[in-house]
Amino acid sequence: MSNLTDLGVAAIRDGVANGDFSAREVAEAFNANVAAAADLNAFIVTTPERALEAADGVDADRAAGKELGSMAGVPIGMKDLFATKGVQTTAASHILEGFTPQYESTVSSNLWAAGAGMLGKLNLDQFAMGSSNETSYFGNVTSPWRRPDGSNTPMSPGGSSGGSSTAVSARLAPAATGTDTGGSIRQPAAFTGITGVKPTYGRCSRWGVVAFASSLDQAGPMAHDVRDCAIMLGAMAGFDPKDSTSLDLPVPDWEAALNSDLKGKKVGIPKEYRMEGTDPEILQSWDNGIAWLKDAGAEIVEISLPHTKYALPAYYIIAPAEASSNLARYDGVRYGLRDLPDGAGLQDMYAETRAAGFGDEVKRRVLIGTYVLSAGFYDAYYNQAQKIRTLVAQDFEKAWEHCDVILAPTTPSASFGLGEKDDDPLGMYLNDVFAVPASLAGLPAMSVPCGVTSEGLPLGLQIVGKAFDEQGVMNAGLAIEERAGFTAKPEKWW
Amino acid sequence: MSNYRIQGATGEWEVVIGLEVHAQVTSQSKLFSGADTTFGAEPNTQVSLVDAAMPGMLPVPNAECIRQAVRTGMAIEAQINKYSRFDRKNYFYADLPQGYQISQLYHPIVGEGQLLIEKDEKAGIPEDKIIGIERIHVEQDAGKLMHDQHPTMSYVDLNRCGVALMEIVSKPDMTSPAEAGAYVRKLRSILRYVGSCDGNMEQGSMRADVNVSVRKVGDTELGTRTETKNVNSVRFVMAVIESEVRRQVDLIEDRGTVVQETRLYDPDKNETRSMRSKEDAHDYRYFPDPDLLPVNLEDSFLEECRASLPELPDAKRTRYIEELGLSEYNAAVLTVEVETFARFETLLDITAKHLGKPESEIATTVANWSMSTAPGVVKSLGDEANLEYATAEAQAAILGMQGAGDISGSQAKEIYEIVLKTGRDPAEIADTEGLKQVSDTGAIEAAIDDILASNEDKVEQYKGGKDKLFGFFVGQTMKAMKGQANPQVVNQILKGKLG
Repeated sequence: MSNLTDLGVAAIRDGVANGDFSAREVAEAFNANVAAAADLNAFIVTTPERALEAADGVDADRAAGKELGSMAGVPIGMKDLFATKGVQTTAASHILEGFTPQYESTVSSNLWAAGAGMLGKLNLDQFAMGSSNETSYFGNVTSPWRRPDGSNTPMSPGGSSGGSSTAVSARLAPAATGTDTGGSIRQPAAFTGITGVKPTYGRCSRWGVVAFASSLDQAGPMAHDVRDCAIMLGAMAGFDPKDSTSLDLPVPDWEAALNSDLKGKKVGIPKEYRMEGTDPEILQSWDNGIAWLKDAGAEIVEISLPHTKYALPAYYIIAPAEASSNLARYDGVRYGLRDLPDGAGLQDMYAETRAAGFGDEVKRRVLIGTYVLSAGFYDAYYNQAQKIRTLVAQDFEKAWEHCDVILAPTTPSASFGLGEKDDDPLGMYLNDVFAVPASLAGLPAMSVPCGVTSEGLPLGLQIVGKAFDEQGVMNAGLAIEERAGFTAKPEKWW
Repeated sequence: MSNYRIQGATGEWEVVIGLEVHAQVTSQSKLFSGADTTFGAEPNTQVSLVDAAMPGMLPVPNAECIRQAVRTGMAIEAQINKYSRFDRKNYFYADLPQGYQISQLYHPIVGEGQLLIEKDEKAGIPEDKIIGIERIHVEQDAGKLMHDQHPTMSYVDLNRCGVALMEIVSKPDMTSPAEAGAYVRKLRSILRYVGSCDGNMEQGSMRADVNVSVRKVGDTELGTRTETKNVNSVRFVMAVIESEVRRQVDLIEDRGTVVQETRLYDPDKNETRSMRSKEDAHDYRYFPDPDLLPVNLEDSFLEECRASLPELPDAKRTRYIEELGLSEYNAAVLTVEVETFARFETLLDITAKHLGKPESEIATTVANWSMSTAPGVVKSLGDEANLEYATAEAQAAILGMQGAGDISGSQAKEIYEIVLKTGRDPAEIADTEGLKQVSDTGAIEAAIDDILASNEDKVEQYKGGKDKLFGFFVGQTMKAMKGQANPQVVNQILKGKLG
């Protein structure tokens, strides 16, 4: 049965439905892999009993001849940013350590309703702030990938959904939820050789997801391939009246409409993404992608997204601004950590609680956000950034006059060693340079594996589509997937 | 211009006043959550996950609160902004779970409007005056800290947290405490007419921030203002202004300067004291709330709001005077409170139907009854009166009998007394208690004939020009009829007989 954990969402769903194996067998196999992978630190909390419980429910439903959900029998990892009723939800922070919600996020509810089970809560960068999964209060997540140079340097699984990328890549889970604010699904997917989709802003409800930057946060699936992502996104998405920014649109059957024939489609190649100093291996992977899409029948057109270079600075103003406000609720008054020194007053409690409860990167962003919203700086920073955001979105609008999807690298480099960028927060922020424009514009985007570097580390290609056109994005992704022949797997060392 | 002046050591000063009134929107649930808004519930029993700012919770606007704000804006003839937006006002306090209040700084839902305060010479308002309104925006209320529950700790009650408020910001158009008082009363009246706020100041449904500055009479520049927060009665608003004006004038004349600051009013000492100065003022870091989409109002929604507006105080007052023929005083008193005009209009309607007469013909009688006679009876009875019996039907029946000449004014009062004590039917009371006046001309004529026959001397004197004796004959007749004769009939017959 050991090969059950090599299966993805579609294969497990179909196998369970066909009776090739039981959902319980699948859950047990993944529970075992999870239990044996403590070295990776992908999970903050494991919930093997929940995975089994869901599996038993599916097996019973199948035995009773009931119709099975789209994720029936598929155990998944849940990024610990989603509130899960009765299971600790921390956002990888000390300030929420021990917090057990009495409610279930809409996205996780949808997944359970579709027959998925929960293997555990996945580690992440604290409050989803980070690009390497080194900011978690619960320790770094280590990528299952290593450079084949014998150095055994622990590598970054990317962030903030680093627990998710590690779990899927290391076969601890066939799929996992991620959230993407400025690349937090796509970059870790690229770093670990898996597939991740950030849907159009509003596709997945934000209700019950610990907020980082509300106008950017989007949940999405992370899995082995495009089909698995299509299935899982279908289960996650949907209008939610509890989220005012939720899209009131029907959820298409993305899986059924997958089609890698791109005849008649135009793929835009943004010239501004060809930045000076970009790793030649990245550029090579991009050229490969262009060739594959051409081979799939698409016409390649050069396009211009002239405000690209302003996107990253604008993002690092808007996201921290929203975060500084969103994180104000963690104050020690009602739940989570409370640090109240003897005889201290309210102000002291705030200061002590937040000093102890937030990590350095969170504090850095709260400070930046507070600064850019302050009287006298608001116009110069926040308002300017919002204008840039509008211009970036307009860049895409104009591009859509010439193409249907855009192809670009997901990241400017492959994974790096944990600790290698400790002293370089700006260098760390640069990881998101290709991911952020689509986030600012609220557009669907994905990363699909496209090969490995000379160091043997995975690389991803990014596809960005028009608003609501997840189908177009995933179809192009499928065309790449079929041609890239990406079969590399991390060798088990943990 | 009011003639309110403050006599200082260096000359005459005048005051400039602006008010920010926070009015709690009448709605079942809170501005962004489904939690109940009923006043007076046990602490923390009306708190949703959103109100408590649990991780991942999101606000969803309550359309009814938006509607009430729009209707209020229409009632003050204001510009309604079809595009508005919510902003976050960021600050830390234990009664503010989110760490920010959702409000509207940059794009409020209601723009400029106005309100009329009526002349009141006694109060020092020589003529009607228009007070400008700058804006109305919608925002969340905060929770409440309770400091008396524990020796060393404070408790937080979040029941009120997230309840919708309208902040109604006036222009600095008021120049006397009386005008400010009249403004708050008029605003309260409009809100209650519209039904967008219950106007209950004791329960905190309406509170005012009072902005006051002074300047020498004739100066055109505004002085430095202070803002006194959370003043919760009309009387206190006026008292704040008086005490603040005095303090500022004394301060300036003492070569001090007024500091722009937030102050609190202490009703026990009748003085304001500094809460925080501009230097320690919060930097609220307002920015558009990214959890909420902008509010775009459709034309059909605006039409529905407009169509749902009731007749407003000014229009009603004018109609009472012009169509019902009421005095200005009666019209003014009857139109202040919703309950008052509602009682009056119901009574007028039923009584007119009883009598088959147009409302305009009996409006003054009904007005006098509801403003003076009926309350007088209730007051004289004290605890004996059961107000459940004070139905419009019973009162209309009494007014109907009086209007038809079946009972006199004093009989009407007596009958109403019995109604209030017992709940018995007015017509039945009139019959069984003998509280009816005789309009039977035969009986009255016989009595008059007797009286004229036995007072021949007086009849001679009357005919000789002593007109005053007419009253004597009326009195004698009424006495003979045991007070139950219809005075109009008595007058009529007497006049005929005496030529």
